Amino acid sequence: MASDDHTILQMRGITKTFPGVKALQDVTMTVRRGEVHAICGENGAGKSTLVRVLSGVYPHGSYEGDILFEGEPCRFRSIRDSEAVGIVIIHQELALSPYLSIGENIFLGNERCTHGVIDWTATNKEAAALLARVGLDESPDTRIVDVGVGKQQLVEIAKALSKRVKLLILDEPTAALNDDDSAHLLALLRHLQGQGITSIIISHKLNEIAAIADSTTILRDGRTIETIDMHGAVPVTEDRIINGMVGRDLAHRFPPHTSHIGEEVLRVEDWTVHHPIDRSRVVVDHANVTVAAGEIVGLAGLMGAGRTELARSVFGRSYGTSISGRVLVHGREVHLRSVSDAISAGLAYTTEDRKRFGLNLIEDIKRNVTSAALHKVSRRGVVDASGEVTSVERYRRELSIKAASLDVLTGKLSGGNQQKVVLSKWLFTDPDVLILDEPTRGIDVGAKYEIYELINRLADAGKAVLVISSELPELLGLCDRIYTMSQGRITGEVARVDATQETLMRYMTVEKRGAAL
Amino acid sequence: MNALSTLPKGSQPSDVEEGGLGEYLGRNLRQYGMMAALLVIVALFQVTTDGRLLVPNNVASLIQQNAYVLILAIGMVMVIVAGHIDLSVGSVVAFLGGLCALMISNHHVPWLLAVILTIVLGAVVGCWQGFWIAYVGIPAFIVTLGGMLIFRGLAIVLVGTTVSGLPDGFNAISNNSLPSWLGFVGGLDGVTLVIGLVAIGGLVLSNVRARRDLVRNELKTEPFVAFVGRLVLVGLLIAVVSYLLAKSTGGMPIVLVVVGALVVIYTFIMGRTVFGRHIYAMGGNLHAAELSGVKTKRVNFMIFVNMGLLAGVAAVVTTSRAGAAVAAAGTNFELDAIAAAFIGGTAVTGGIGKISGAIIGALIMGVLNMGLSIMNVDTAWQMTIKGLVLLAAVAFDILNKRRAGTQ
Repeated sequence: MASDDHTILQMRGITKTFPGVKALQDVTMTVRRGEVHAICGENGAGKSTLVRVLSGVYPHGSYEGDILFEGEPCRFRSIRDSEAVGIVIIHQELALSPYLSIGENIFLGNERCTHGVIDWTATNKEAAALLARVGLDESPDTRIVDVGVGKQQLVEIAKALSKRVKLLILDEPTAALNDDDSAHLLALLRHLQGQGITSIIISHKLNEIAAIADSTTILRDGRTIETIDMHGAVPVTEDRIINGMVGRDLAHRFPPHTSHIGEEVLRVEDWTVHHPIDRSRVVVDHANVTVAAGEIVGLAGLMGAGRTELARSVFGRSYGTSISGRVLVHGREVHLRSVSDAISAGLAYTTEDRKRFGLNLIEDIKRNVTSAALHKVSRRGVVDASGEVTSVERYRRELSIKAASLDVLTGKLSGGNQQKVVLSKWLFTDPDVLILDEPTRGIDVGAKYEIYELINRLADAGKAVLVISSELPELLGLCDRIYTMSQGRITGEVARVDATQETLMRYMTVEKRGAAL
Repeated sequence: MNALSTLPKGSQPSDVEEGGLGEYLGRNLRQYGMMAALLVIVALFQVTTDGRLLVPNNVASLIQQNAYVLILAIGMVMVIVAGHIDLSVGSVVAFLGGLCALMISNHHVPWLLAVILTIVLGAVVGCWQGFWIAYVGIPAFIVTLGGMLIFRGLAIVLVGTTVSGLPDGFNAISNNSLPSWLGFVGGLDGVTLVIGLVAIGGLVLSNVRARRDLVRNELKTEPFVAFVGRLVLVGLLIAVVSYLLAKSTGGMPIVLVVVGALVVIYTFIMGRTVFGRHIYAMGGNLHAAELSGVKTKRVNFMIFVNMGLLAGVAAVVTTSRAGAAVAAAGTNFELDAIAAAFIGGTAVTGGIGKISGAIIGALIMGVLNMGLSIMNVDTAWQMTIKGLVLLAAVAFDILNKRRAGTQ
């Protein structure tokens, strides 16, 4: 298939595999010259992976498939290669050096210089011209820390322009912006479009996509579902996009289960949390959550909705500042000032990122399992080595952790087995409430089923379980009741019988005040 | 009732790895490598010094001269495993040594009481540094760099240049040996022989018991040959050292008893107690330790209190060895202790490290000191050689890890 003048980019049959997970499977996407092309999908659908393949973050050879840019096949070994042909990606986490000036950042790695000596006149002059193009009214020698996130985003775009960008990729550019900054950014994309710059924008904000995109490609489970022409005969609604994002078969992926719901165990009331560094930012906004014994409750939300922040702030204030609200366990108010307070109150929390926050990867299975309740196998501060082994051995057998022995380092286990070690560790504390944050992330399908079964058994044993997940089918298949969060607020509470992916997605995308545009 | 009782019985774990001798040695290359390196270095000096290195009296003074490294390395391993560093121990030794000598000579405090007070004051110094590190959150590098200057300055203020005239009882700690209560057996000191035998017995007994526990719990054990080989090797080492010491003029050096006791106590603390476990957990993954309810501030504080306490012991040993407190005492002690810990296999990034490793590291440093001195090698070259040995040991470690990682 030859590309014509109207097509700037073609990606064909892109497949990218990570150990144990197929992130992209035969993805195809065509971008027309001069358009704004949106990519939509749930968390984990493969959006970021796709643009990383495109920009050379994942080098040629680490994926299968072809990329044609302006009709030429691309074999990028690094970001430098893709930038050389005019493809520039701006990541969600901005790549700016905070204590350097705007001008220095724009030309970082691409300095205006003669024989290695910086030409400050050229730097500042050219920077000023680029800032004018993106409509940023700041001096080039202002430091990055002294301007807000919205303006930093514009600096990134100016930096892209300095590299003679033809195709600009923005990964969730408005996620951290307020409404005014978002509106300005989207207007700028339109303006650049007039200058012939094509953009690909990844966004969760469907109203933005409906307003700005010329076409929208929808990804689901690492596959292309469809590309919608936004200017077609039938106007494209947000519901139309949601349908594409979530439609999928749920049968047989979840073990059947009927919950026997008992008395309320955990109640969180009027819970408000502020960001630990930017104290003016409200991360969790007057949230109310309850979980009963034997009940599995879901917490749905898109990235940045505040789910993990809610869980960790309740779990012994391990996140956030200026926390207010009440936590009740078995109807009695508790003040959980530290993680050990939370553990003694009967709470357990498994993190979304096992490797960074959940496990000591250079330590063995048994020491990881006992690490949250070492007092249970020790007397007067001395660990009973035999007792430890006997206790941990039980968990290995009953959770069927597959390892040669309990001495194996957890860093050497598969994702599923690592997750079982984490679950063993928290079951060993004998909790009443389990908060499971993304319990099946990065785990293969077979191990996922085992984890689901385990969660069901825990509920049957009378535990109150709160599951945080980005996979809506998982929540629908597992939970008795589902809360949705958006921008720090609980925006909905739906019983399983009433819940569909469409209703959840609608609640999850509720904006704080009206539309962004 | 625990929730687990309702869980289904899972499948049996995959077959227990048997692991041959070669594979076992490969995996434990680091530990055995360092032991072998120590033996090679000893053998090398034995040749180059015409056998003078292992003359009984030299073995005794090797231990007496290097006791401070052995003691400080114990505390330093704990500090480094937790992910910190302590640059102040040399200055703290000088400061505490000065206090100890002044208590005895100017204030007529009985020397035994002064020794105890010095160790307590060491813990107080540790509280000071631990407070800034654990509760204020200043990196240990900065706090102990400050401490290095603060305590060196205070030591000079206190001591001037020298405080001497310390009682014989005090000086005996690092210079004399245990009295020969048991007489001599064929020219060998009885007390030394008994201590040697007790040490070997304790070693064998504790290892056999540990192995029996492992077998009973169906855990992976080292291959039987390696187990016996290791015991024979270490036992032989103790036997040879005991024999040489028993033949030396005094017999069992008093400091060796002190060091031996500390090694046993701290090996137990790091291997068997909740405190030790928390140190490894924090060094391996601080976030995970915090989210597991480990009181990380308290543990950090206690690590530095302990380091101060051991610096107190080292101060007593050093002052006793010199027979006087000197303002310049303890210079570079922190570097010796840090080097010993790293040579002994402690990970730069924290989370990994053993007391036994640091002891071997400290002995390597000590033997190098002694051997090079006997050979009349200039101190400038001694420093250079020790620096290269440190570099080689850590490079070996990193390359070995990389090789294991790519397999």
